[in-house]
Amino acid sequence: MTTARLYAVTVLGHDRPGIIAGTTAGLAGLGLNIEDSTMTLLRGHFAMMLLCSTVGSGEPVEASDIERALAPLTADGDLDVSVRPVTDEPTPSSAASSWVLTVHGGDRPGIVSAVAQEVASFGGNITDLTTRLSGDLYLLVAELDLPAGADASAVEAAIKAAAQQVGVTATLRAAESDDL
Amino acid sequence: MSEKSGSDRLRSWTEAELGLPGRVLEVVRAPDPVLATAGEPVDPTSPETVQLAADLVATMRVSPGCVGLAAQQVGVAAQVFCVDVSAHPKARTCHDTFVLCNAEVLESSRNERAREGCMSVPDFTGDVKRASRLVVRGRLPGSGEEVTVATDAFEARALQHEIDHCQGLLFLDRVAGAHAVHPRQTYL
Repeated sequence: MTTARLYAVTVLGHDRPGIIAGTTAGLAGLGLNIEDSTMTLLRGHFAMMLLCSTVGSGEPVEASDIERALAPLTADGDLDVSVRPVTDEPTPSSAASSWVLTVHGGDRPGIVSAVAQEVASFGGNITDLTTRLSGDLYLLVAELDLPAGADASAVEAAIKAAAQQVGVTATLRAAESDDL
Repeated sequence: MSEKSGSDRLRSWTEAELGLPGRVLEVVRAPDPVLATAGEPVDPTSPETVQLAADLVATMRVSPGCVGLAAQQVGVAAQVFCVDVSAHPKARTCHDTFVLCNAEVLESSRNERAREGCMSVPDFTGDVKRASRLVVRGRLPGSGEEVTVATDAFEARALQHEIDHCQGLLFLDRVAGAHAVHPRQTYL
């Protein structure tokens, strides 16, 4: 019985059919179990991160074994693969409240930074973030947790003021979840 | 006016009551600041409002797939919009073509999540939770009559989308989360 290990595998580069098939075949061949993962296209660039555990696999698997198994993916030189061990940290539970933030307006540098600074200054934690640029329209949608006791209306006012400074508008609203 | 009589009045309304032809205006796109500007209440009987109402209907008519248009979308920060969901398969209750001024939501219930788009945000769609049962009060352009009307399903969604425009809000300001915005290539 070997100790379970967790690896973060990231694959970045030029998109084409078969990247996920190639990556997961390599991981499955080592007996790795894919846990959380995310993949998207950023302006046509492939971006994926997977957390893989060695639970259930017989032989100890090293990061170098994974890199070797995925080496064929990088042969064309248009994909980068990196593997690094991570510790399996349990998600801290808190009495935080969850919010959704939308920011949109004319594109310019510094929008994300201006907004994220305000969120951080209140101890808010961004848990998911998407930004999109289309023509001149810049759009940011973030999900964030605010610490228990945070004054949400003060946070919203601060974010709106920071957004206005960079010429965009911001809306903060409670994230709705329907527990059944 | 009761909801029933309001509903009958709205259904009988056509843009012919405005008594003047509408002009087809250019639809503005985000990030035009007018789309983020809350509209002022209007005098529904004023000539400017009547012309704006006619222009909104004319512009909606020539825009394929368009089920509603607010003043902000033609560059005017005012509380006026038109709606016509009669050709839409998701519509249940339907009052055909109408224009409302200074509209407000009186009651809303039964939230449902669905994907919506907007002529002013042609490159994205978004998943938005909206009430599927709605009671709205507003005034008709021209006569200035106050009408209170109940609706549901897709017409309720369209009304909330247009009332948001009149408050300077886009559907982007209501999307359900970071993965609730979707790029698209063409406006349908």
